[in-house]
Amino acid sequence: MSKHWWSGVLAVAVLAGATVAAQKVQINGAGATFPAPIYTKWFAEYNKLHPDVQINYQPLGSGAGIRQITARTVFFGASDGPMTPEQMQAAPGKILHLPTVLGAVVPIYNIPGVSKELQFTGPVLADIFLGKITKWNDPAIAKVNAGVTLPSADIVVAHRSDGSGTTYIWVDYLAKVSPEWKKRVGVNTSVNWPTGVAAAKNDGVAAIVAQTPGAIGYVELIYALQTKAAYGTVQNYNGKFVKASVESVTAAAAEAAKSMPADYRVSITNAPGDGAYPISSFTWLLLYQDPKDKAQAKVMNDFVKWALTDGQKFCGDLGYAPLPKNVVDMELKTLATIKTQ
Amino acid sequence: MKTRSDEILFRAGTGAFAVVIIAIVAAIGWVLYTDSADSIWKFGWQFWQTEIWDPVSGEFGARPFIWGTLYSSLLALLIAAPVALGIAIYVSELSPGWAQRPLVFVTELLAAIPSIVYGLWGIFVLVPFVRRLETGTPEWLKAVPLFSGPPLGLGMLSAALLLAIMVVPFSSSIAREVLRAVPQSQREGAYALGATRWEAIRMALFYARTGIVGAIMLGFGRALGETMAVTMVIGNTPRVSVSLFAPQYTMAAVIANEFAEAADQLHVHALVEIGLVLFAITLVVNGLSRAFIWSLGRQRAPRAAAPLPAAEAA
Repeated sequence: MSKHWWSGVLAVAVLAGATVAAQKVQINGAGATFPAPIYTKWFAEYNKLHPDVQINYQPLGSGAGIRQITARTVFFGASDGPMTPEQMQAAPGKILHLPTVLGAVVPIYNIPGVSKELQFTGPVLADIFLGKITKWNDPAIAKVNAGVTLPSADIVVAHRSDGSGTTYIWVDYLAKVSPEWKKRVGVNTSVNWPTGVAAAKNDGVAAIVAQTPGAIGYVELIYALQTKAAYGTVQNYNGKFVKASVESVTAAAAEAAKSMPADYRVSITNAPGDGAYPISSFTWLLLYQDPKDKAQAKVMNDFVKWALTDGQKFCGDLGYAPLPKNVVDMELKTLATIKTQ
Repeated sequence: MKTRSDEILFRAGTGAFAVVIIAIVAAIGWVLYTDSADSIWKFGWQFWQTEIWDPVSGEFGARPFIWGTLYSSLLALLIAAPVALGIAIYVSELSPGWAQRPLVFVTELLAAIPSIVYGLWGIFVLVPFVRRLETGTPEWLKAVPLFSGPPLGLGMLSAALLLAIMVVPFSSSIAREVLRAVPQSQREGAYALGATRWEAIRMALFYARTGIVGAIMLGFGRALGETMAVTMVIGNTPRVSVSLFAPQYTMAAVIANEFAEAADQLHVHALVEIGLVLFAITLVVNGLSRAFIWSLGRQRAPRAAAPLPAAEAA
């Protein structure tokens, strides 16, 4: 009798163990730090809906994300800049770019005696960061800031020392509005800066700007919103001065969505449209079209579908701009092309 | 017979551990070499001389980083060595007994602070202080290349000062232990000959000179490799400059800053090659300090042999 009793318990235990093992899915990813707060939120919320799915994300940086997905050490990657054609070729399979949310980069400054919000044009920002405009009372700055008394203080340029998606968006914009920037400096997550001092991360740049009289730098919109830092408006493609906000970033995306390429690898800096904020960008998830682990692929597909639809409602609280509706519809079709069996 | 085999086993066992350490050093060197092959083949010796660091066009040169590392560490050494030595002498030779323990405790506490905390302190306290110093520098002094440039606060001076503060506890702790190891009989001998306190201390310093140089070189080694605190205050600008006010860059800092986002293979390899260069420079610095200590050890003690001036006067 006692023998029976034992084996029964054992059988139940083994069975239970087997079913748990079969259901529990773990997926690992790595990449950009910029969308990490919302990704972390998404994974936690999705885990509440599907307790059997655990998605881990390491915010190591876009470059690391691209390297790791290429080496297949993670199931998915994430990047703030699209992969280059060479990087796509180096990967062992076709990698899809799926935009998840939008972000923006804003100019912050610290000018003694100036409390009014400054207006910048693209060429002015480019010339400041090229080291060609060196004084705050330069006629080029004064021209677009009528009514503001600008001091003759030296401009101190502050930029990121670490490679960063934020830098990528910023210099991508500068390259679009300044041929000289495009030729002399170019676009990358880290560049050969013509002038200025550098610090790591948004808070490092913000600290330099806060401490140094006459400093100008750039940080993510989310960071500026969270720390309530003052930032300037930037003139957009249509000639309007626009302040960065969730709405003006979405407006830039909506314009870009009208001519969205099939692979989504598009830069939306300097987008047309009256309300569009010009230094905006998508951030992308990177997924193999034909992944090795089909069980993980199935779960991941379901997660991405949720993130693009229900998940978008978490954007506003965290300072991200949600995707335009037509981009989501387009992406859901692309998502269906991922091989899950 | 049994003791014999035990002996062999013991020798082989400890020998294996000794080999492990050599193997680890060799493995690090090898990995640094293979992972930087692209950059080594593309740039060759040019890598050591070029001043351009341009991830966009794929042009990489280590010269500003080598310069920044050596310059900041040397400056830190110049500032820290006298201070560390002063602390060590005071604590081991001059301080009253009740002050000794708290002083030792506080210096050791400084050594235990994580470097990121030093970095934060550097950003919020040291850098504004240095900026005020730079703003207050008179124009005629600014004409000297050593003090030229805009008053940014971030730059070589802040980095060197911060490094010096970080290095002092290391050097002073070791120098103190070395001084403590000087046999009491040496001091008693000096006093017996009529030496003053200062002369007796000088004698102890001479006796302990190899250890003291070793203590300072250890601090230098730490300054060479220090990463987080330096990158937070040095300004991270890859340009060679003798100016203390200029923002510069170090080897460890550029690796920490750019590695995570470097997607391009050549960029990654160039960063790893910087690691290789840092590895090589650390080896050379260590080797040189060993040689220096060795030559000191062989020096005959002229003062110990000659009668002390005080003894003469007496």
